[in-house]
Amino acid sequence: MRRYIDYYITNMKLSVQDRFQYRVQNYFYLFAQMAEPVIYLVVWSTIARAQGGQVSGYTAGGLAAYYIVWTLVRNMNVVLAPRDWEYRIQQGRLSTELMRPIHPIHTDVSFFAGWKVVMILLWLPLAAFLTFVFKPTLNPTWFQIVVFFFAIWGAYLVRTVFIATLGLITFWTTRVGAIYDLYFALELILSGRLVPMPLMPAWIQHIANFFPFQSTFFFPINALTGSPTVTELLMGLGTQLLWFLLGLGLVNLVWHFAIRRFSSIGN
Amino acid sequence: MRILKLIWSYLRINIANEMQYRVNFFIQLLQSFIALATGLISLWLVFSHTSQLGGWSRPELLLVMGVYTMMGGAIQSAITPNMLRLLDDIHDGTLDFALTKPVDGQALVSIREFRFWQLTDVIVGLIVIGAAISQMQTEVGLWQAASFAVALFLGGIMVYSFWLILTSIAFWVIRIFELVDIFQGIFAAGRWPVGIYPDWLRIGLTFLVPVAFAVTVPAEALTNRLTPLTLLGASGLAVLLMALARFVWRLGVRSYSGASA
Repeated sequence: MRRYIDYYITNMKLSVQDRFQYRVQNYFYLFAQMAEPVIYLVVWSTIARAQGGQVSGYTAGGLAAYYIVWTLVRNMNVVLAPRDWEYRIQQGRLSTELMRPIHPIHTDVSFFAGWKVVMILLWLPLAAFLTFVFKPTLNPTWFQIVVFFFAIWGAYLVRTVFIATLGLITFWTTRVGAIYDLYFALELILSGRLVPMPLMPAWIQHIANFFPFQSTFFFPINALTGSPTVTELLMGLGTQLLWFLLGLGLVNLVWHFAIRRFSSIGN
Repeated sequence: MRILKLIWSYLRINIANEMQYRVNFFIQLLQSFIALATGLISLWLVFSHTSQLGGWSRPELLLVMGVYTMMGGAIQSAITPNMLRLLDDIHDGTLDFALTKPVDGQALVSIREFRFWQLTDVIVGLIVIGAAISQMQTEVGLWQAASFAVALFLGGIMVYSFWLILTSIAFWVIRIFELVDIFQGIFAAGRWPVGIYPDWLRIGLTFLVPVAFAVTVPAEALTNRLTPLTLLGASGLAVLLMALARFVWRLGVRSYSGASA
């Protein structure tokens, strides 16, 4: 356990230093990310105003809060893209990772965790700008803030295990673009990334309960911006834990079979 | 004339290259349909809560989505791949190979790549436009059709110029592979008519990033919203942006030091 903690701390430090070198690049990245929620926010606040001030219980201020917190949650749940697994496997770069006496997934988790520290720092001025422009309504309790803190890290871990599983498909086939697209389309609709879940028809909300997606977007965002009860908050954290354990099992299982198929030259 | 011949040669080589991988066509088709389905779901969701958005009815917004898909496909097949290659070349110092050829450098870097299969989005977009027009139950006359074609062409020029300006930043910043995400992120705003955005954003999407001219204006042409004045303004802006792109490109090339030279 000790060596894992040491490894995580060292790799996170390295990642902070590495990422902090490219501030312009990080800002470009953040700007690119902001475009998506701003579009949703504008569309849905237009609708809210046209409907006499609110849509499915969300006022323009409530929607602004939802989508501004969305930007933080999105930064938190950025993980190694499946395409990077593809690159790694196709180019044989995985060999280097396999030489280390630690599972390669730890390298990714710790590296991205360190990057988040940089991203959150750079995100603050942008969040201030969005707050100034869109005037969100946000009144969380202390308990909500505490749960939110854990929920964003939970979201990161849940998304890590499922997307890593997706990335591992590259061990079998390299034509994975369509599978990724399908996965991300499902995530968009069933996670609360596109709209807050209450805006979705009941049957979609029902289907969404059978997928891990809500744990990575709607739950953390709603934990801070909505008015969930204490039980709902704790249940949400519990659900994240369950999905994480399930995903962890899955990624281990797939890895077990996948790694046998790996062969590479060089590097 | 020589440049047309060159475009034709590159086009032929690229198409021949893509024809080797025919399964990619079906994969691309599947990806186009997934994107279309996602777009349709968003639209359906919006109209399950309201009957119109910023003065645009349901079939009119479907039309906007069709134009967006079509324009996106054209950009992805002809503009983005060239700009990505340019980014790589600047980063790796291999742009020398393009600059030393006996043709205009800007022209050459803009025509080297073409992704044929990506044109599926253009076809899907056209189908959506057709479906939207039939739902709107309005006549599309000669003026509408002609102004639509002109607006699309001008929008294409503006997007190209904007992309080139953006890519030229790499001459100074070098490591900016995120440009693609930025472009796609902002271009996604074109899924909806720019009129719904707050003033500051609308102005940005019109004059800084030509999303309005690439998608909303052509859609306006088909929904009887376009005035000759807007079209004239679009022409002016297209010329202006092209000149600006040319200027920035030249400035960039001057500060390019290469790697192999």
